[in-house]
Amino acid sequence: MALNFPIFMDYHSTTPVDRRVLDDMLPYFTEKFGNAASRNHAFGWVAEEAVDQARERVAALIGAQSEKEIVLTSGATESNNLALKGVAEFYKEKGNHIITTVIEHKAVLDTCRRLEAQGFEVTYLPVQRDGRVSLEALERAMTEKTILVSVMLANNEIGTVQPLAEIGKLTRARGVLLHTDAVQGVGKVPFDVQSMNVDLASITAHKMYGPKGVGALYVRRQRPRVRLAAQMDGGGHERGMRSGTLNVPGIVGLGRAAAIMKEEGVAESARIGALRDRLQARLMKELDEVHLNGSAEHRLPGNLNLSFAFVEGEAMMMAIKDVAVSSGSACTSASLEPSYVLRALGVGDELAHSSIRFGLGRYTTEEEVDYVAELVIKKVRHLRDMSPLYEMHKEGVDLTKVEWAHH
Amino acid sequence: MAYSEKVIEHTENPKNVGTLDKSDPSVGTGLVGAPACGDVMRLQIKVGDGGVIEDAKFKTFGCGSAIASSSLATEWLRGKTIEQAETIKNSDIVEELDLPPVKIHCSVLAEDAIKSAIADYRQKQAARASSKG
Repeated sequence: MALNFPIFMDYHSTTPVDRRVLDDMLPYFTEKFGNAASRNHAFGWVAEEAVDQARERVAALIGAQSEKEIVLTSGATESNNLALKGVAEFYKEKGNHIITTVIEHKAVLDTCRRLEAQGFEVTYLPVQRDGRVSLEALERAMTEKTILVSVMLANNEIGTVQPLAEIGKLTRARGVLLHTDAVQGVGKVPFDVQSMNVDLASITAHKMYGPKGVGALYVRRQRPRVRLAAQMDGGGHERGMRSGTLNVPGIVGLGRAAAIMKEEGVAESARIGALRDRLQARLMKELDEVHLNGSAEHRLPGNLNLSFAFVEGEAMMMAIKDVAVSSGSACTSASLEPSYVLRALGVGDELAHSSIRFGLGRYTTEEEVDYVAELVIKKVRHLRDMSPLYEMHKEGVDLTKVEWAHH
Repeated sequence: MAYSEKVIEHTENPKNVGTLDKSDPSVGTGLVGAPACGDVMRLQIKVGDGGVIEDAKFKTFGCGSAIASSSLATEWLRGKTIEQAETIKNSDIVEELDLPPVKIHCSVLAEDAIKSAIADYRQKQAARASSKG
């Protein structure tokens, strides 16, 4: 198969809409354009029926007991905000303590910061070297005042999958609600809100081959029934939890994307995981001083986060400009700080600057993987020939002992 | 971020990558930056008779703009006298490479590297002069 450029290996950032998803969506822009809240005519009924089917499909994907547990939103940032702020506000009489981790997405971390400013107490659990939270640390952190634990299913940078089932046992035993930002993992790694005792879960369509701008929050209705204070006032849509006219075409897309994931996710993950392993094996065989970030074992199938020591990440991205990847280098971030996720693992700043995240997905081919492997090997060698650090390393200089002029 | 064509050209085809013998008394070496900050530049000059820079080499760990800044610096240094080299300003590099504001520190680092290499060369020369007595 011929290669098409540029090659997309950044599936954690977003995914293209699956053609099947798009085909399902299209009629809902034109002939089936009704408002799902229009209860008294056919246009509304058609839209409502489509929305209900989408809800059922999302519920089926995550093991929810009822489609009524699916609150439709504009995406995972909104879902995370609604879950954390909604629970905090509703249960504030019960307690004011929330536990999360230092490697959560900003939509969780910054929401927690705001809640802190409002008087809530938040514990940010550290993670271990492999990116997983310690269950003992979580258990120790829980107090009488704890109302919510929020731990992501899988991390967007390092792909590390958290021990949610074990976490769910702890939170359930203590009567504490468990929220998970399941965006990256749902459909790709085992996830079931029933068996894992998850009470709230955020998902988004565009990470699973659906459209951008639509997502959902799973809100458990039984054992326990989770209550939320709405964060947006209006027409009382979504059982009063999220007002706003439903994005029917987007929701139809979310539903189809979820159905495809349920049907094909396991086989797809096996295929993508094998390609990822192939890429990793090639790079590590041909290049020295390549470090894997995150857990090798508990990892998203499409994730490969590597630090190519002595090569800066942005220069690397520029050198492989026909391939779309991502880096934890400061130079690629708006803040000019290296990745806080890598820092939390204890990866040194110099290796964080050298990190590249490869994200493989539904349309990644073996030819692409082989091409990218060869290109990366060639370019890392080229950049190392240019790197004073690699030369010093080869001469046996211990770079940690050099007195660098920090500026 | 979109890069200027000149930055891309210097990164893809960097000029004067390499290493000069740092024990040679006519070679000045500047090593600036820090790995933890994401950029380290090593710039070397070889100074001939009459204080003219005969050769300049660099190696850089850093982003494309850092590589381009040091590559450009070596091009500019060749053929200049030490005194002329000292007048190279980071703003000249910014202008030539069309660096955006977030990349200005790369040009500052290149200027530091030039100054540091010259200082190293002068120190060597002074040490030699005093040892000759």
